[in-house]
Amino acid sequence: MTFVGESRSVSGLAAISAAGPDDYVALLKPRVMSLVVFTALTGLVLSPQHVNIVIGFASLLAIAVGAGAAGALNMWYDADIDAVMRRTSRRPIPTGKVTRQEALAFGLTLAIFAVLTLGLVANLLAAALLAFTIFFYVVIYTMWLKRLTPQNIVIGGAAGALPPVVGYVAATGQVSLAALVLFAIIFVWTPPHFWALALVRSGDYGRAGVPMMPNVKGADRTRLEILIYSLVLAALGVLPFVLGFASPVYGVVSAALGAAFVGLAWQVYRLREGDRANKCAMRLFGFSILYLFLLFAEILSERLIASAMGFLR
Amino acid sequence: MNMDSERDSKGVVLTPEQSKSRRQRNIAIGLAVGFLVLLFYAVTIVKVGPGVLNRPL
Repeated sequence: MTFVGESRSVSGLAAISAAGPDDYVALLKPRVMSLVVFTALTGLVLSPQHVNIVIGFASLLAIAVGAGAAGALNMWYDADIDAVMRRTSRRPIPTGKVTRQEALAFGLTLAIFAVLTLGLVANLLAAALLAFTIFFYVVIYTMWLKRLTPQNIVIGGAAGALPPVVGYVAATGQVSLAALVLFAIIFVWTPPHFWALALVRSGDYGRAGVPMMPNVKGADRTRLEILIYSLVLAALGVLPFVLGFASPVYGVVSAALGAAFVGLAWQVYRLREGDRANKCAMRLFGFSILYLFLLFAEILSERLIASAMGFLR
Repeated sequence: MNMDSERDSKGVVLTPEQSKSRRQRNIAIGLAVGFLVLLFYAVTIVKVGPGVLNRPL
């Protein structure tokens, strides 16, 4: 028999966990999950087909749980990095509340469950895409690219860009140009978003040995690339209107937001020294979140209003 | 009775913190399973329709 209060070495068994449900919720990266739900919902409502509310809800839940599982597996693998970075040092594994093995088991269980559920409630293509998203985030990004190349978040950004495609496919069973445009917007948005933060936190990434762009290519090169990606993003942001699946209102909103994004990126490019440079980078980082939210919220609200009008008619 | 045999006779003894967190985990798992039962029931009705029970024996 074992006296639980004792350490592993005395009892011969692992101590019983004192982790609460909130620690397991933290493993799912709830803030990332909320962005995934939001973008996947936009993909879902973008589909021309009517989706039953129960099926739509269950599909979104499966996509959200799949994203959370990928987050838990990311924390399992990156526990060593998380422990030395200020931003991540309070996560459940570095603080000792959850063991790596528990996070691995939790992540794998949820990943399998989410993929099977999406296959059952929606279709096999959506389930396969969700499985690919989890695989891409955990294996391609976390295990391979993150510690290898400063292009880590450029290529790894594909995982974060896939949820609207998964949402669209869950509703229709096929991929469309509209879904791919949403994918492209998030894909091109990811580098300036993360590099703006990395400019300010480069010391943190350096200590952890993560080759982010400012550490490897220098801050100046990072500022230039942020500006280039911002220009491409501003152009891509207007595409939903140009291609006809968003209204002229969206066209005006996306053009204004794109111009503001490029303006902030230009400030980051010009101001390179001192506190003001850091403030500019953090302002761009904050605005990038607002930019993506407003763009998708505009598409989402247009679709919801259109379907409500159709319902009333 | 020495200390080791006293512990043996008590079996696994949880600290108050471990008891509290285990109870919270159990409640969370219970709620999640209950929610999933309801969700899969609703999905079944939507996908198969109310005629799911109306079949020859």
